[in-house]
Amino acid sequence: MTVITTSRSTSEQQEVSKDDSMLKQKAMMAKHFDRLTSARENGEKVCSTFVPGNLNELIMCFDFANNLPEVNAIQNGLRKKSGSYVMEAEKLGHSEDVCTYVKSDVGMMAKGNLAPNGKPFPDPDLLLLSYTGCFTFMKWFELLREQYKCETIMLHTPYEGDGKITDNMREYMVKQLKEDVIPTLERVSGVKFDIDRLRENLRRSAKAEDDLVYVLQTGRNRPSPIDAYFGGIYYIGPIFGAYRGTDDAIDYYKTLREEVDGRLAAGQGPVTPDGVMETEKYRLVVEGPPNYTSFRDFWKMFYEEGAVVVASSYTKVGGVYDFGFRHDPDNPLETLADYCLGVYTNRSLPQRVDMLVNYVNEYEADGLLINSIKSCNSFSAGQLLIMREVEKRTGKPAAFVESDLVDPRYFSAANIKNRLESYFQMVDQKRDGSAKGAAA
Amino acid sequence: MSQAQAIIDRCQALYEDLNFTAAREWKDAEPGRKVVGYLPIYVPREIIHAGGMLPLGVVGGGDQLEVIHGDAYYQSYICRIPRSTIELGVSGRLDFVDGMLFPSICDVIRNLSGMWKLMFPEVYSRYFDVPQNYDDEIGGNYYTRELQELREGLEAHCGVKITDDSLRRSIAVYNENRKLIRAVYEFRARQPWKAPAGDVYLLVRAGLVLPVEEHSQLMTEWLAAAEAEDKPLRDNCRVVLTGLFCEQPPLNLIKSIELSGCYIVDDDLLLVTRWLIGDVSLDGEPLRNLAHAFLHQSESTAAKYEPNLEEKGQHLVRSVRKYGAEGVIFASPSFCDPALLDRPMLQHTLADENIPYIAFKYAENSGQMQPIREQAGTFADSIKLWSEQ
Ligand code: SF4
Ligand code: SF4
Repeated sequence: MTVITTSRSTSEQQEVSKDDSMLKQKAMMAKHFDRLTSARENGEKVCSTFVPGNLNELIMCFDFANNLPEVNAIQNGLRKKSGSYVMEAEKLGHSEDVCTYVKSDVGMMAKGNLAPNGKPFPDPDLLLLSYTGCFTFMKWFELLREQYKCETIMLHTPYEGDGKITDNMREYMVKQLKEDVIPTLERVSGVKFDIDRLRENLRRSAKAEDDLVYVLQTGRNRPSPIDAYFGGIYYIGPIFGAYRGTDDAIDYYKTLREEVDGRLAAGQGPVTPDGVMETEKYRLVVEGPPNYTSFRDFWKMFYEEGAVVVASSYTKVGGVYDFGFRHDPDNPLETLADYCLGVYTNRSLPQRVDMLVNYVNEYEADGLLINSIKSCNSFSAGQLLIMREVEKRTGKPAAFVESDLVDPRYFSAANIKNRLESYFQMVDQKRDGSAKGAAA
Repeated sequence: MSQAQAIIDRCQALYEDLNFTAAREWKDAEPGRKVVGYLPIYVPREIIHAGGMLPLGVVGGGDQLEVIHGDAYYQSYICRIPRSTIELGVSGRLDFVDGMLFPSICDVIRNLSGMWKLMFPEVYSRYFDVPQNYDDEIGGNYYTRELQELREGLEAHCGVKITDDSLRRSIAVYNENRKLIRAVYEFRARQPWKAPAGDVYLLVRAGLVLPVEEHSQLMTEWLAAAEAEDKPLRDNCRVVLTGLFCEQPPLNLIKSIELSGCYIVDDDLLLVTRWLIGDVSLDGEPLRNLAHAFLHQSESTAAKYEPNLEEKGQHLVRSVRKYGAEGVIFASPSFCDPALLDRPMLQHTLADENIPYIAFKYAENSGQMQPIREQAGTFADSIKLWSEQ
């Protein structure tokens, strides 16, 4: 969900340095962490919240700096620090069985709570427990509350168990926003709520969302000019994080769109850490989060084989926009409710199957690959059934690999590589079979 | 055989019957009868009962069920109850069940609700959401409407009518049942030597498969019989057992703890049977009353948000004090997010109160009890040592 900063060769650096959106994103992330770590000096208050159900437009109305512990865990994964943090948390009594995002966060706090810029994160003034699509969130913020003893708001998002948003769900959420969330945000920040300011933020969000959707949907082209999983993780960074609703985000997505349009016009594939991908051999849909501790190695296993991810579910965890939803300034509170209700992990299993089937068909993919994450029951419980259903309904082969988000102990490169190689062979056979079938 | 033992033997037979014969027989006894299953942790069984249907608790397959298909649906790092529940479904053991309710307890059971929809499309499957906001006007209104949706869903799917009057009658029946469950718990806490934890578990668990009226009758009889019996008091310490609110421990595990020298004086097993504390009002709108009871008079557990930092873990402290326990045993299913994420916070609260505790994990099919026996035995010894000092 952010910029990768491991070293590259000079030629690669030149290759990547042409990529304006990437530089922009990197600068945005640096600015985000600088703002957070200097919040106290600048007299700013800090609110922590989650990526799914992130109410950045609302948080901005109260001048909070928005700290997203999941983003910090990802950073720690990419920077290879999460392994020691997870173990530190386990030493402190946290079970080896639970989500490693939480343990990475707890371990980071225990070891000085340093941001990627090397400066300590300030203690949050407010925990906005946006309880959306993941049970762990509730316990995570109860744990943080125990540590920071600060004000905590619970915003409960009902689950779309029957695959739809009901009026009751929406009204419940709007009521919580009006009577609980907003008054507490006002009280802690000392800033009066201005609904017009919220509308402006939402308007900006919708603009950036249009461009994000445009970019993600270019995966439908052959060759795809983007990788919608590994590359997609960069693309979602600003909009899933502390930038949705800002001019910076609009700028970023405009630049990104132009860049991707350029590659599209030139018939180019996605940019990988080793430069532009030349030949697209396999088109995949991927379900599940990535592994961050060996992100580059994982990606390489794909692009070396000519495999490009044309659509993914992970790029929908912070908001599902590709089926028409946009933040709507005319219905500011209802739209925040619908946004939270609609994020990927808050959708029922049958809805998730429908989405993935739609991706395989619409993006003309060769099949579905699931990266099943040990940490995450929200994603993982039921994925084996998802796999069977998608296979059954698309007639395309599916495969399953296992790893973890930020715990390096659960990334077995050899196993995953083997699985992927067999999978690609399966796709080849399937293609040969269909070609023969068509010829017969 | 004593009368109390005869009752427990019957409960044990119900417990061991993985085909739910008693519930099947109930259904077959009259045409048109319907059965609605539910998973942990809580559903308002009154609503099912008010439609003349049998609520059936489905709490996994225990240690006797051979899981053949279920494992193909789950990765190794997911707890066991969903796979054995799938096994019960796929193997036809739940083929007489007309509806299934999946309460809001964790992401595994949440996702299982969708799996059930895909795998058993003819069954009325519903994810049963509950509010995490405890304000009557906010969470209360939301929950009342959810209950109404559940009522309408059951009416439509099962072809029954659920009136306000029948709901009031069912609430009264369950008030009575909860009163008896509490009496059983109080009795055990007073005279644990007369109420072995394994027996109490089986007795309470029978309420998951029997019609509630019959279960209440059974508890009444058992209470009278057990009270009248004379059993030797052992030199055991007294503990509260916690973390077992979803996947069930093997019966042997409960017995082993007691055999190792710990009387269990309170636990969080089968919470659905006593989730609501105190009687639900019979006046006014029944769904509102159920909502009110849920918001203001219900058990604390990991699946619920605790809005007040100071209150976190206090339910355990209160239980320890109320029942004169000397320590707490955390027994949690492996890979159980709610139990394991909550545990450190509960332990901090206990440590602040100088209440000793131990912790271990189990699975519903755990076979090896020796390590648990040793741990519980050492715990009991050390408690005795502390109390003597
Ligand atoms: S990784 Fe999964 S379980 Fe962990 S916080 Fe994220 S959504 Fe929740
Ligand atoms: S045992 Fe725990 S994780 Fe498993 S289904 Fe039950 S509550 Fe969820």
